[in-house]
Amino acid sequence: MSDLTALTVAELQRALADGETSAAEVTRAHLDRIATEDGALGAYLHVDHEGALRRAGEVDAAGTAGTGLAGVPVALKDVVVTEGVPTTSGSRILEGWRPPYDATVARRLKDAGTVLLGKTNMDEFAMGSSTENSAYRPTRNPWDHDRVPGGSSGGSSAAVAGRLAPFALGTDTGGSIRQPAALTGLVGHKPTYGSVSRYGLIAFSSSLDQAGPMARTVLDAALVHEAIGGHDPCDSTSIDAPVPTLVQAARRGAGGDLSGLRVGVVRELGGEGSREGYEQGVLDRFTEAVALLQAAGAEVREVSCPSFGLALPAYYLIAPSEASSNLARFEGMRFGIRVGDDGSRDVDDVMALTREQGFGAEVKRRIILGTYALSAGYYDAYYGQAQKVRTLINRDFAAAFDDVDVLVSPTSPTVAWPIGARVDDPLAMYAADLCTLPASLAGVPATSVPCGLSEGLPVGLQVMAPALADDRCYRVAAAVEAALGSPLTDQLGARTGSAA
Amino acid sequence: MSTEPTPEAGVHPALDRQDIAHLARLARLAVTDEELDRFAGQLGAVLDAVAQVQRADVDDVAPTTHAVPLTNVVRPDVTRPSLPRDVVLAGAPAAEDDRFRVPRILGEEA
Repeated sequence: MSDLTALTVAELQRALADGETSAAEVTRAHLDRIATEDGALGAYLHVDHEGALRRAGEVDAAGTAGTGLAGVPVALKDVVVTEGVPTTSGSRILEGWRPPYDATVARRLKDAGTVLLGKTNMDEFAMGSSTENSAYRPTRNPWDHDRVPGGSSGGSSAAVAGRLAPFALGTDTGGSIRQPAALTGLVGHKPTYGSVSRYGLIAFSSSLDQAGPMARTVLDAALVHEAIGGHDPCDSTSIDAPVPTLVQAARRGAGGDLSGLRVGVVRELGGEGSREGYEQGVLDRFTEAVALLQAAGAEVREVSCPSFGLALPAYYLIAPSEASSNLARFEGMRFGIRVGDDGSRDVDDVMALTREQGFGAEVKRRIILGTYALSAGYYDAYYGQAQKVRTLINRDFAAAFDDVDVLVSPTSPTVAWPIGARVDDPLAMYAADLCTLPASLAGVPATSVPCGLSEGLPVGLQVMAPALADDRCYRVAAAVEAALGSPLTDQLGARTGSAA
Repeated sequence: MSTEPTPEAGVHPALDRQDIAHLARLARLAVTDEELDRFAGQLGAVLDAVAQVQRADVDDVAPTTHAVPLTNVVRPDVTRPSLPRDVVLAGAPAAEDDRFRVPRILGEEA
């Protein structure tokens, strides 16, 4: 058997079903690679060595390996609560906490027979675009260890790109699945808001947070998405609608025929209307990807979405506002750490000290900004106004989707940047989310699919579709992937000598 | 705040150290002197950048409160078991007599 860590989810399914390998062998191969590689990458916050081997043994004993996702290892972003397995959301305030229950997405993957390898590093409470805001350590990009892997799901992206897991779950509030996927050469999909349960995800910004798959191929992402999607009575915002046939859409797209599909290039996102802040290499790969879509038979036209320029300021008012409310639950009384409880202080002081020591700088900055934006006298000027801008963005999407079936843009205006380059400049960091924010604010699905390299680093193409039309994202992404050949991560494997 | 609420679009008051300290207190967040200096500068720059939403022409626009149209969601009014008490308390920083133990809530003068 070739190197088991080089196989995609679909290839692992086949190898397990054919009896060429076992869940235990696959799991051990990944644990071994984690042991040798993760010291340099910092992709994991917790590796559940014993639990993974035990679980793999159970799958083998049951004889179900290769049925669906049974026997396939997974890494979960540490914002997904997992029963009995440490969950910190990248924060000191939850250090040592072992949740008493599973998030719905974790439960569904468990029920599907997957093997949990561990929990991946992330920006604290998912606030960040580089995974440098982790309270524990930064994660490094497998393509260049001196660069960021994107964020906030950077641990998940580094784990999958570095072959420390065949797939992972991330969460995306403003772009935290798609941007790290783009920066590490992966496929990442933010599902339609409400179509994948948020029950058991540690909330950051409730009207925007959404879990989704990160994988090395479009087909793998679709296989995972179908396993985690669908209505959940535990989440009151969960949409009660069937999951689209995503695997079928991915297979159809891989056939390379997009005739009849209308693709809109967003003028304000890397189109002719706004090119400031975009690296030339990113624009070149984007232009080539659009040409590939055209060659596959798609009809391409430029579409204007004038309000998208307001997405960044609206997001950076809405998300901190919701975060300041959501993070009020971390006060050191019921779970997590407690600081200063020496009998001399009252509850207010203990809460303030616990939060002072438990939260990092970016979290504090956003709590203070959110508290300000929601305060009496400022609510209408900031939060209320931002929610109205959100309506304008919704209208732009609605008008665009009258004319075209999907919208495309670069996923990130730049390739991965050097670690430390933006840490002291919040505005420069926030600009990393320029292209991903509009879809988040509107709740529509969006995929990032690799579309080549610039200066030796991955570039992502973003495909956005109307709500509940996630299948269109998969179809278009699969066509791009098919036109470009083998997954980008194969090139990484060849470069680092870790290919099969 | 040390300044009156924003009277017109595009204008917002500067946040000084005192404002940041006040907001931090409201958010039950102890902050160091060094953080006050740093946050005052950074939040000022962030507010400058995000204040452009105030210039958006949204007079007749209703706010979007949610990405998905929702009506109230209710579940059947059926009693279900909750997590066992010992499991919930196992994650608490302090517990006593089957309860969360918390610092005193009322001050000395109460």
